[in-house]
Amino acid sequence: MDTTKLEFLRGTLDVLILKALMWGPLHGYAVTELIRRQSEDALLLEEGTLYPALWRLERKGLLEAEWGLSENKRKAKYYRLTGQGRRQLRHEVRTWEAYAAAVAKVLSATQPPLAGEAR
Amino acid sequence: MKRIPLWRRYARFFGPDPAADAKDELRFHLETTIDELVRRGWTPDAARHEAERRMGDLRALVRIGACIGGKIERRRQVREYWSDMLQDVRYGLRTLMRDPGFASVSILILALAIGANIAVFSVVNTLLLRPLPFPESRELVRIGPPPTPCGVSCATFSADEFEEFRGQNRTYEDVTGYEAYTTPDNVRITLGGEPQSATSIMVLANFFQVLGVQPAMGRLFTADELRGGPHPVALLTNTYWRRELNADPAIVGKAMEMNGVAVTIVGVLPESFDFGAVFSPGAKVDLFTPVDLTLERHWGSIVALFGRLKPGVSIPQALEDGNRIGPNTFHDVTRPETKGQDKDSFLPMPLKDYVTGKLRRSLIALWCAVGAILLIAGVNLSNLLLARAAARAREFAVRGALGASRRRIVRQLLIESLMLSGAGAVLGLGLAAGTIAWLAHQGAVVLPLLNSLRIDGQALGWTLLLAMVTAILFGVLPGLKITAGNLQEVLKDSSQGAGLGRRHERIRAALVVSEVALACMLLVSAGLLLRSFVRVLDVDLGFQPERAAAIQVAYDEVGSDPMAREERRSVAYQEILRRVSTLPGVEAAGMVDFLPLGPNRDWDTPVPQGKAFAPGSLPAPLVYVISPGFLRALGIRLHGGRDFTWDDGPKSQRVVLINASAARLYWPDEDAVGKILMRDKGQEQDRVVGVVDDVHEESTESGGGAQIYYPTTQQQPDWAQLVIRTSMPPASLGPSVLRVLREINPKQPAAEFRPIRTVVNRANSPRRFFMLLVGGFAGLGMLLAALGIYGVTSYSVTQRSREIGVRMALGASSGRVQRDVLGNTLRLALIGVAAGTVASAVAARLIASLLFDTSPWDATSYAGMILLLVAVAILSGYLPARRASRIDPIQALRSN
Repeated sequence: MDTTKLEFLRGTLDVLILKALMWGPLHGYAVTELIRRQSEDALLLEEGTLYPALWRLERKGLLEAEWGLSENKRKAKYYRLTGQGRRQLRHEVRTWEAYAAAVAKVLSATQPPLAGEAR
Repeated sequence: MKRIPLWRRYARFFGPDPAADAKDELRFHLETTIDELVRRGWTPDAARHEAERRMGDLRALVRIGACIGGKIERRRQVREYWSDMLQDVRYGLRTLMRDPGFASVSILILALAIGANIAVFSVVNTLLLRPLPFPESRELVRIGPPPTPCGVSCATFSADEFEEFRGQNRTYEDVTGYEAYTTPDNVRITLGGEPQSATSIMVLANFFQVLGVQPAMGRLFTADELRGGPHPVALLTNTYWRRELNADPAIVGKAMEMNGVAVTIVGVLPESFDFGAVFSPGAKVDLFTPVDLTLERHWGSIVALFGRLKPGVSIPQALEDGNRIGPNTFHDVTRPETKGQDKDSFLPMPLKDYVTGKLRRSLIALWCAVGAILLIAGVNLSNLLLARAAARAREFAVRGALGASRRRIVRQLLIESLMLSGAGAVLGLGLAAGTIAWLAHQGAVVLPLLNSLRIDGQALGWTLLLAMVTAILFGVLPGLKITAGNLQEVLKDSSQGAGLGRRHERIRAALVVSEVALACMLLVSAGLLLRSFVRVLDVDLGFQPERAAAIQVAYDEVGSDPMAREERRSVAYQEILRRVSTLPGVEAAGMVDFLPLGPNRDWDTPVPQGKAFAPGSLPAPLVYVISPGFLRALGIRLHGGRDFTWDDGPKSQRVVLINASAARLYWPDEDAVGKILMRDKGQEQDRVVGVVDDVHEESTESGGGAQIYYPTTQQQPDWAQLVIRTSMPPASLGPSVLRVLREINPKQPAAEFRPIRTVVNRANSPRRFFMLLVGGFAGLGMLLAALGIYGVTSYSVTQRSREIGVRMALGASSGRVQRDVLGNTLRLALIGVAAGTVASAVAARLIASLLFDTSPWDATSYAGMILLLVAVAILSGYLPARRASRIDPIQALRSN
């Protein structure tokens, strides 16, 4: 496994989980898989972080869980977004994008601000 | 993903288990990882190892899962509980709507019972529980001797005694009082137009300060006004200021004329202060003036004393203080021999007890009566619910079979009865509010604090409590009873649970019996009170209130020479009475200063000439100053001797009339007529010219103290009340009498005749009030019991229609069937009455002190009420019995 393990920034885990569930109900294993594949193996969720996060989101009412049969015929707990979860996702995505854009602007700067404004 | 598979239903058979859920979830993850690794070519062992390594501390993770899962589970349960509740409420509403007859009858029953309870609670709360409407009212006390037969007169103090006590005590913050001998309409007020009558009370100048009353406008009386002050002043009550002065905002400082003297209005009292409500129930007071202590020194005992204890001082401490000071006080400081005359009289009593203490027992009795009403109503509700539940037994059985727990079904019943009692409580609150508003404006009922009657937070709390208790007690107990039955039995049984029906019938019979017993207790108590009331009405008051009426006459004494004043007064009175007597319809006319059943006073202690009595053993008789003709006008019988005549003038022999009690006291075995009574150590000698009947002075229910009558021709009366005896309605005579009075004295204010009957009725009004309330509650109780009997009999006839049909098919006559049903009803009623009689005897003992001249075992009351109850029971059983006798056997057998 030669994937770069990126540390999850605080707060990004929740939005990633919510995003993963946007396409439909998934169990925990599928959530890790989805995030791994979509980040092209850059983001690898550890079980020790994933499950507490899922449960926390369930408790907040952003997710709801239901037991079902997995494709390999095992009983698995499926999570799905609630209406509240969907709203939260939209909100967090916007915040994240604004934040990322701002950070990118600062980091990609090639010259100091105009002389008159900075001292 | 597939839907929840069926086996999940059993996975958590013993309730939710968040830890196991977390374990399951993680195991799935582990196994899927292993599968994936194996697919990629790992050996199963290595794959498992790797998967477990990635998972990390599994146990810690499970713990977190269990913790969060538990929270989710709890929240879900709460949510489900409320959504179930909502469902139950909706279902309950639907069921109640489907049976509007049942719903409205039970709501009405509950509304009546709860309404009665709220109303009585408000009365009890106002009169007994709530503190008096003064700041720190617990510190306020009334100061006076223990109750004596001579009433108000012996409970007052002289101006000097007030000052001595005020100066010497160590336990009182301050002491105050008011002049206790005031009759209604005692002053003549001129505000520009015609003179008007008004009621004025003379108070000690610190009266309002001691009570803690702040003026709404202007100022209170000041300390120098204890001795009259520089010029005459008055304080107006808020109602008088609004009514007579159109709430003039600039009234303070203006002058008005009172009995011909200019008086400055120094302030207006707040609306919250109602003198009558606290100190003199039923009286309306218009204004206050300060007592001039110097002037009133020789007027004898005129001040009713009140005080405010220092904070932390107890009643026994104040009592000790009073007993210490008593022997050192002078009744009149200018007469040393009066030292310690009233030494045992300075007893403090909490003002609250003084105001409402006498009513405590009546109120508690009333409270118990409405409690009984609530019980009867509750029993009725239980009965109705039971009947309904029997009809719904199948519904519950089906619900139970479909998995509804017993708890859920009981909750359903609880919600239904809560909805019923809630609706009943709301309606009852409305009824109570109406009753209370009506009561608060009953000026004719002489009860203290009635005007401050209102529904407050406490009453609302009480309502809520009643509604809950009723719902739980009477709604759920039958529910438990029903669901305790064997559901299968009910389902199997085609005829609406016949076995269950039998058992229910027993419960229902027991309920009816208890209902009848309670109603019986109420009725007997009401009967005893009614009989007492009739007895009170029958009391020989010593005068004839029918056809007599009184009006206040304005007469100003002129001149300083007593002899000349008496001459002038005699002439004036004689002229008034002569001209009034000639008016058509007037049979007799006379003057008096104090009417019976109102305020009264004594002067001093006359001693019969030539007799030795131990000092202090003779009481001071109540004093009345009357004109010739008064005895006939009020209908007081003369036992022996003669009435006063106009010839008993200032210069002739001083004469008096005494009542029979006084005659017995002074000359036990002799004829009192012609004997001499001595006053002021023999300086005054009055010849007894006649003996009259005892007149009830204090109340209609007690009397028999010594009374003495002086002629207006020889003594100065405090007021002049013209009493006439007439064959016409007194009100119709008003204008012509007033015209006569105005011709003689143009200053005579407008006034109305007060029929003496209303004076008597006012005196009887508390008893009438309680009697009517208890009677009303008893009637309500009887009605509810009748409803209960009707319900049970009617239901059992419906249940047994098949059996009755069979019996009729086998030859039982319709009369026989009817007799059977009636007999059954009568049996229940008689058992109830038997139990009720025992309960009544207990209740009667408790209310014995409220009865007047009636034994708590009064056979007439018992027999009458029991007969009434049995008659009502038979009547309410008759309708279903008649229905039973009309059952068509063929129809009855065919149905079911």
